[in-house]
Amino acid sequence: MNAPVESGAGTRSDPRAGAIGASAGLNPREGEETLTLLQKSRRGRRAFVAPATDVPEVPIEELLPASAIRKEPAELPEASEPEIMRHFKTLSTKNFDLDTGFYPLGSCTMKHNPKLHERVAALAGHARLHPMQEPRYAQGALEVMWNLQVALAEISGLPHVSLQPSAGSHGELTGLLVTRAYHDARGEKRHKVLTPDTAHGTNPATVTMAGYEVVKIGTAEDGGVDLDALRAAANEDVACLMLTNPNTLGLFDRNIEEITKIVHDVGGTLYYDGANLNAVMGISRPGDMGFDIVHFNLHKTFTQPHGGGGPGAGPIAVSDRIEPFLPVPQVVRRDASQNGRELEFDLEYDRPQSIGKMRGFQGNFGVFVRSYAYICSLGAEGLKEVSETAVLNANYLKARLAEVDDLLPIAYDRTCMHEFVLSGRGAREQLGIKTLDIAKRLLDWGVHPPTVYFPLLVEEALMIEPTETEPKERLDYFADAVKAILEEAASDPEIARNAPYTTPVRRLDEAAAAKRPVVRQPRER
Amino acid sequence: MSSEEYPDGLLYHAEHDWARVDGDTATLGITWFAQDQLGELVFFDPPAVGTQIQKDTAYAEVESVKAVSDVIAPLSGEITEANEALGDTPEKVNEDPYGEGWLVKIRLSDQGEADQLMDAAAYRQHIGRG
Amino acid sequence: MSHYTSVTEEDRREMLAAIGLSSMEELFACIPEGVRLRRELDLPAGMAEQEVYEHLAALAARNRDADAEVTFMGAGMYDHYVPAIVDAVILRSEFLTPYTPYQPEVSQGTLQVMFEFQTAISELTGLPVSNASVYEGPSAVAAAGYMAKLETGRRKFVTSRGVHPHSRAALETHAAGFGSQVVETALDDHGATDAEALAAAIDDDTAAVFIQQPNFLGTVEELGAVAEAAKRTGALFVVAADPLTLGILEPPASFGADICVGEGQSLGNRLDFGGPSFGFFAASDKYIRRMPGRIAGETVDVDGRRGFVLTLQTREQHIRREKATHNICTAQALNALAGTVYLSWLGKQGIVELGKLMLQRTHYAREALGLEKINPGPVVREFAVRVPDLDGVMERAREAGVNPGYRLGRDYPELSDGLLVAITERRTKEQIDRLASLVHAEVAA
Repeated sequence: MNAPVESGAGTRSDPRAGAIGASAGLNPREGEETLTLLQKSRRGRRAFVAPATDVPEVPIEELLPASAIRKEPAELPEASEPEIMRHFKTLSTKNFDLDTGFYPLGSCTMKHNPKLHERVAALAGHARLHPMQEPRYAQGALEVMWNLQVALAEISGLPHVSLQPSAGSHGELTGLLVTRAYHDARGEKRHKVLTPDTAHGTNPATVTMAGYEVVKIGTAEDGGVDLDALRAAANEDVACLMLTNPNTLGLFDRNIEEITKIVHDVGGTLYYDGANLNAVMGISRPGDMGFDIVHFNLHKTFTQPHGGGGPGAGPIAVSDRIEPFLPVPQVVRRDASQNGRELEFDLEYDRPQSIGKMRGFQGNFGVFVRSYAYICSLGAEGLKEVSETAVLNANYLKARLAEVDDLLPIAYDRTCMHEFVLSGRGAREQLGIKTLDIAKRLLDWGVHPPTVYFPLLVEEALMIEPTETEPKERLDYFADAVKAILEEAASDPEIARNAPYTTPVRRLDEAAAAKRPVVRQPRER
Repeated sequence: MSSEEYPDGLLYHAEHDWARVDGDTATLGITWFAQDQLGELVFFDPPAVGTQIQKDTAYAEVESVKAVSDVIAPLSGEITEANEALGDTPEKVNEDPYGEGWLVKIRLSDQGEADQLMDAAAYRQHIGRG
Repeated sequence: MSHYTSVTEEDRREMLAAIGLSSMEELFACIPEGVRLRRELDLPAGMAEQEVYEHLAALAARNRDADAEVTFMGAGMYDHYVPAIVDAVILRSEFLTPYTPYQPEVSQGTLQVMFEFQTAISELTGLPVSNASVYEGPSAVAAAGYMAKLETGRRKFVTSRGVHPHSRAALETHAAGFGSQVVETALDDHGATDAEALAAAIDDDTAAVFIQQPNFLGTVEELGAVAEAAKRTGALFVVAADPLTLGILEPPASFGADICVGEGQSLGNRLDFGGPSFGFFAASDKYIRRMPGRIAGETVDVDGRRGFVLTLQTREQHIRREKATHNICTAQALNALAGTVYLSWLGKQGIVELGKLMLQRTHYAREALGLEKINPGPVVREFAVRVPDLDGVMERAREAGVNPGYRLGRDYPELSDGLLVAITERRTKEQIDRLASLVHAEVAA
């Protein structure tokens, strides 16, 4: 095969050699200990210099009761600035990241994080603004939020937006709580929420937190919701159906209009999990499909950097009938001529039917700034192109991987949307390697593996979402790497079973970590 | 880990649990097939002595790193003993699922229920190994 | 083709050919016509990077931020000095852009940071187990409630009114879902939790008791009395604490707290008009398997190297689904990293020195203002005072480029003339004196 496009997080070397770039025994750093900054600390070292105390000093005992004064200091690190910098910089080199290489994680939408966004988010007017600043002195921030709301409403086809939820899960919970409030206001007590068996784990977890019972709906042979099962389960005890479309199999449910009708006919609400929105922007809108509530993952479709696990944001858009229940405060735009008010944008707290607050203040504003900048950059045409390209890239990669469909058969063989799911069962049966082994060997190829073992419906699942920001040659590189791994396993499956070899650490004992959890550096002194 | 086996002399439940019946008491556990599916066990929280368990319903959970599974009672009765040693070494269930990896002992409430269970040959067929 | 995608016309032709289709439209043939959007999105056209920058800068210019005025506003988020080293670390691609560390072999940076964060939070709170972050303070309080409800099976929460209004609101909003009830108890006339009133509200159906340290008005609460009342009935004792002032305050664990949660913004995070920041969540050992969110644990690899992994994942939604301890997935890892770097920079000595500096300046400011104290007892970084002609004082101060603080009337109607004043290490004696003179000038007028 051709030389790799780039080498990623490690270099390929003799698989049995050990650590990066080492022939056995010649790397003097091979046995070096991994230390936390606490372990590297030495008494008296410091990075902080306190500003001078410019007020008269009063003994602490006069200012605080004895019971409140801390007796034993917290064991925090003691290190100078250069040592702190070296410590964290060195840690960073042990991470694979999106700016380094490919991350085809299904339903995560690991697309490029535009570099402009950190610059605009850091503008003092945004970054140094206190959340309780009076709205008249925060008009710029409120306008950012308002404009973002308008854009999300247009993209989703649902007019009323709350930016408050801090992540997708938070948005899901908000969506079910407004659903509950909606039914309560109508004097109805409903107990069940329907979710397909392909649902992301956050959906059923949210259902329980919202005080509902999960009812699982099966998947039909074409990969969509089983309509008969849905009809059987849909009754007046159903508060809501939670769905994503395209679903976690990457398939657009052709029966979506029928599905939303079935649920609406029994008076339930429809919740759209926006994790897969990257497939349909400017092409199809959840509001038009019949959904009442949509959440957006700003850290997926809208490029907020993942940061190793957040921050994100999970705003929701809702239909007219759900609007009264949205959290407070809501960002509103006032006609300047109304009541002689000067304020154009304001925070509205007077919402008698609101569910209340899901969190402090207004939400993850810094994330809004970045997402808003993204939408400004791309515009209507650009956003549609995002989805078109995401779907094109996924279908192309699927076509390339069909070259090994005896080993990695596609779970559902039809045009996919922005992602698709393969089953590793062929590789397991014929080569004796599992999806896990393929994933670990991919690390040696300098790419991040796809999502593995989800959705649960597919045996040895590999869920692949390339996103629109990858060039064709990278998709080819990935397909060629997968093929090479399978070929290699055909002659020696042990290589994949013991991979990776070139990463900063190799396979870790997760069982030991779970049996005897050590979740902090123990105190030595 | 251990090698695949389904000893004669034990009775088996379709949900991959075994019972060793001795008069009006029984020792219960999960089969080799079950532990193989789960991977290395990391956690088992035994139910309290005195708890009543019901045939065909879950009486406990076992956890591996990446999965949680209900443990289904093959027979009904009252728990007289639980394998506390598994608190420190849950992997015994993988290493010796029919011996040191036993989960609970019960006093049977209905000895007739044993007739509904499978023998080793039938269980092997059930899981496609025979 | 935009500047973020790379698919050329030629690429497109080749790719469609490989797929076996002849047009892009065919890719979307599976979408029923009834839900196809056949018009353009009604959004403005895309802009050049320069134009986007100028647009966002113009919007920023219409905000009065903490550089444009001297701010004494606190109320849950504070104008602390964030050292340059924090940005130097968190803006690195390797920390900013990766995903959640589900493949630990290539995520040791993120995982070890989580481990060090958990260690620092454990140290500050005194509790042995911490997770790797939740969203922020108020929802962390709600999460503590959910955990207490799952643990005890009880249906009631009792919270002091000294807990941040947003935390109490979030607790109520979440509780409405999982079917619990929130009872609020009064503050005494010194702006501290009325321990007797709190104790009287606790009963056998109380899952958790909540108190904040320092409380919303800035009062240093006496945690011991409350702890006793909670424990007597077997309710969980939850303290919502500020992590920075824990440098000089006795940790909640010493008073028997079962859970300690809080808002992490004070630790190396920007104001950002309220987010993103992070929440922390720490608890006693026995609750480790009930904790929400991600937890990093130590282990070794096949070659014996020390390493870190996400552990006890069976608690979480992706495995436990409807029986998960919480639905949280994405949290606030990057902000927790900022907090970890900040705490490393402050260090064991620094956090004490910083705490003492704030304590001294806060005391000085309260005396300098000479206004009626709503909470005359001990305070560390914030205090509440009654201000005659509060409207006038706010106007005069704003005109002079000073934000005197947060008006309490909205959250505490009985304190409609109340002002909450925060004194961080950034508020100098000079600035405090200036505030005092502005207030006195207006009050005298």
